[in-house]
Amino acid sequence: MTTVALKPATMAQALTRAMRDAMAADPTVHVMGEDVGTLGGVFRVTDGLAREFGEDRCTDTPLAEAGILGAAVGMAMYGLRPVVEMQFDAFAYPAFEQLISHVSRMRNRTRGAMPLPITVRVPYGGGIGGVEHHSDSSEAYYMATPGLHVVTPATVADAYGLLRAAIASDDPVVFLEPKRLYWSKDSWNPDEPSAVEPIGRAVVRRPGRSATLITYGPSLPVCLEAAQAAEAEGWDLEVVDLRSLVPFDDETVCASVRRTGRALVVHESGGFGGPGGEIAARVTERCFHHLEAPVLRVAGFDIPYPPPMLERHHLPGVDRVLDAVGRLQWEAQR
Amino acid sequence: MTVMEQRGAYRPTPPPAWQPRTDPAPLLPDAAPYRVLGTEAAAQADPGLLRRLYAQLVRGRRYNAQATALTKQGRLAVYPSSVGQEACEVAAALVLEDRDWLFPSYRDTLAVVARGVDPVQALTLLRGDWHTGYNPREHRVAPLCTPLATQLPHAVGLAHAARLKGDDVVALAMVGDGGTSEGDFHEALNFAAVWQAPVVFLVQNNGFAISVPLAKQTAAPSLAHKAVGYGMPGRLVDGNDAVAMYDVLSEAVRHARAGGGPTLVEAVTYRVEAHTNADDDKRYRADSEVTAWREHDPIDLLEKELTARGLLDEDGIRAARDDAETLAADLRARMNQDPALDPMDLFAQVYAEPTPQLREQRAQLRAELAAEAEGTH
Ligand SMILES: Cc1ncc(C[n+]2csc(CCOP(=O)(O)OP(=O)(O)O)c2C)c(N)n1
Repeated sequence: MTTVALKPATMAQALTRAMRDAMAADPTVHVMGEDVGTLGGVFRVTDGLAREFGEDRCTDTPLAEAGILGAAVGMAMYGLRPVVEMQFDAFAYPAFEQLISHVSRMRNRTRGAMPLPITVRVPYGGGIGGVEHHSDSSEAYYMATPGLHVVTPATVADAYGLLRAAIASDDPVVFLEPKRLYWSKDSWNPDEPSAVEPIGRAVVRRPGRSATLITYGPSLPVCLEAAQAAEAEGWDLEVVDLRSLVPFDDETVCASVRRTGRALVVHESGGFGGPGGEIAARVTERCFHHLEAPVLRVAGFDIPYPPPMLERHHLPGVDRVLDAVGRLQWEAQR
Repeated sequence: MTVMEQRGAYRPTPPPAWQPRTDPAPLLPDAAPYRVLGTEAAAQADPGLLRRLYAQLVRGRRYNAQATALTKQGRLAVYPSSVGQEACEVAAALVLEDRDWLFPSYRDTLAVVARGVDPVQALTLLRGDWHTGYNPREHRVAPLCTPLATQLPHAVGLAHAARLKGDDVVALAMVGDGGTSEGDFHEALNFAAVWQAPVVFLVQNNGFAISVPLAKQTAAPSLAHKAVGYGMPGRLVDGNDAVAMYDVLSEAVRHARAGGGPTLVEAVTYRVEAHTNADDDKRYRADSEVTAWREHDPIDLLEKELTARGLLDEDGIRAARDDAETLAADLRARMNQDPALDPMDLFAQVYAEPTPQLREQRAQLRAELAAEAEGTH
């Protein structure tokens, strides 16, 4: 088997490589979903898997999300490790019943006799000019469901490392793929894929002293760019990439906030009832005496995802992040 | 040869352009519910099988009565009785080999017990002390499933996985008439047919989904007819005729095991008691209807056949009842003990490794319990 050297690689390629390596290493790993076989997925993330491993290992299923995930439950019960692709974020909703009523709680209700090692890959988020139902950020729904791990990579190396970890996990993992980063490149060497990343650890992507930007997935590049821009204002921003929303890495996040004294959560999904509220509360509960300003949030508006021609007004961009950084400063001086 | 090696047989390549793939006639269900008892065919039935079915039916009836009594005493949170449906329950368990899997709904405790699960463990969910209560792997019985029809795709996935591994395992999944309206029912049937998965779907049409009669549930000629649209055979069978149930289900299991794919079996039966102890069935049906069905009782039907053939006498009947009484007494005795619960179990199996968040909450509960214990000393 020859490996095409891909340097630099895209996130999509790293994800493909992660599945390929997992399938090669473990014959119980099965990829399934709509159009994942011959076509290689509508984002081509499963490209080549059916050719290499056969249609029994990378299967085009009938078009029915509950059926796909429900069948994956039975397959996992029989010892397989299904990796399920949900074609787009909003098309995972028909499978919620299976996810919430069965996938998330089978281990618990069977007292550990029946763990379900299922990875549910969900391309999520906006910024790709998708029409209605193609850009939702659904992470809050998953986070609210005990029994699921919720993971979202923001870099090419993490895409590989975290997906390998997700597939190897004996628990179900909702693996959120920021689709607008699918084609982002990194100088990642697919011939030496990075180490498998343990699920549940955040990472400081950029050290700083003035404030902490807490973010993940599609908003990481936005925050890094904002941090760069803020330098001109004399602000030295630290950027924490959560990578895993469940379990949540309080330790890394709070250590950072205690250092900087200010925190801003940035994500695309709506703010009301969104991940930022939970994160802000956790940070406040743990770091109150270190905080020099309230924890702020920059989130998408609380609206159904807007049409593509308007989405740039909805998505938190660098300016909105910088405005909030300004408010952190103002709040501190008040 | 594993299925992977004979892929062509397992998953036929679709025709290049769409065309009707099969003559639907072989898929059409029986014109009337298939029956053995009371017909000449009954004389052919194996005496050993008849006796086995009879003993299980009598046990099942007694189990239903005992479990219902336990709800009245507050020992069970709820019990969905299967009185009148015992033939379906018993046949579903008896047609399976050890290596096969059963996927029951909440009403199918009897099938679970008939498959060999400890009667007390089978009631754990309904008792409310823990969810599944038994180890599904031990007897290859999936957890009793509460959300309607959601266990059906699991059965398909498991059967498919077994096939992929080259094991000749069959999954039998049970669902009620109301459950056939759920999306998961349709998705499961479609997957099973497309994948030619070795699954038997058993619909117990007991007339009602809580209060809603079949006529308001479907406009199909019968539930078994639904099979045709998915490309699998449908069977219509008298659900109160234990021998007919056994025949039809074992034929479907054989068909599945031999690589023939899934079958949909509709058992026409009746829920003689209320939906659960929380239901008032007087609101939606007449006593006369219930009485008429009581006259088509699965135990009576079989008893008549056994007696007529000289396979059962007063002593035999008494022996079966004594055996059922022993089961009931054991159930009573063990259910009348308070279960020993450890609150720390709450956190035990949410994840393989508890998250830091759960570890904190576990510590909190432990502290609360310690404080509580101190307070009572
Ligand atoms: C998804 C879902 N919706 C609603 C319910 C509540 N519910 C429990 S039993 C029942 C009726 C089911 O009727 P049927 O499928 O005919 O089975 P039966 O109880 O008659 O055996 C309903 C509506 C449920 N358990 N799951």
